[in-house]
Amino acid sequence: MRSILITGGNGGLGLGIGRYFLEQEGDAKVWLGVRANRTNAEALIAEFPGRCEIVDLEVTSKESWEAAVAKIVAGDDRLDVLVNNAGMHADHLLAMMPDEAWSSVISTNLDSVFLGCRAVIRQMMSQRFGRIINIASLSAVLPPMGQTNYAAAKAGVVAMTQTLAKEVARSGITVNALLPGYIATEALSHMDADAEKRAKAGIPMRRFGTPAEVAAAVRFLACHDAGYVTGSALKIDGGIF
Amino acid sequence: MAQGAELRQKIKEVMVEELMLDFEASEIDDDMAIFGAGGLGLDSVDALQLVVAIEKHFGLKIADAEKAKGILQNVNTIAEAIEKEA
Repeated sequence: MRSILITGGNGGLGLGIGRYFLEQEGDAKVWLGVRANRTNAEALIAEFPGRCEIVDLEVTSKESWEAAVAKIVAGDDRLDVLVNNAGMHADHLLAMMPDEAWSSVISTNLDSVFLGCRAVIRQMMSQRFGRIINIASLSAVLPPMGQTNYAAAKAGVVAMTQTLAKEVARSGITVNALLPGYIATEALSHMDADAEKRAKAGIPMRRFGTPAEVAAAVRFLACHDAGYVTGSALKIDGGIF
Repeated sequence: MAQGAELRQKIKEVMVEELMLDFEASEIDDDMAIFGAGGLGLDSVDALQLVVAIEKHFGLKIADAEKAKGILQNVNTIAEAIEKEA
């Protein structure tokens, strides 16, 4: 049995990653880390009874991380994979950016990854096996206007990923980052038809990616056979560069 | 829980196994420095792995860096900390 924790487990991408593991790996046990909203997560659990569970997780809280990891290890006796997927946007031009938009985005996208990695790392070291996949963003390397907060946080996630990868390389743990571009989830639901058309025109593949396409990359990085891949930052963006 | 020479031997075996050292356990002296030149030459990453290994095999939780610095000097200091907690 492989124990897998996915944060942001009620959102489109988190659910897509969870579903992919459950469908592709018969021995996968998926924990969906969720905060208040859990309706979608509960629906996935109903589809895979006994193989998928909710764990309460406020990703910006050290105590919440410790409790969540303790619950998982108590249940499964191990934790093999952490997918740091929770995140948020609060886009503003820097000159107009409220303090709260800066701090909340840095906290939810960057602090959360630090806290999550620290919460699981000793358990993974004692197992001499672990896979950490941090969901960054294409904004980390190709930041659009209005995302100084988000781009800084995601670039920080990439740098943290590469640093931690070196620190735990001898312990059988790999740490990698994924940089999704436009992925068809509720995060793009604010986009009107014209904006969608313009966005797709800028993508060589002329379409948005799907959660399953991101999930396939997550699963590759999480597998045993990817044991020599660490510190990488893999773009999943339909060819934008 | 093993004590004395038996405990020290077990600590050396854990070190060799968990840190993937190119030593035999018999080549490690009880008072050989774990870090720095002239000793085993381990680094801070090894120290973290050793902290985790000591908790896993001997149940001694080393919570902070200052405590680790005192305990992880040589096999004797590790053994004494484990014996004290036992």
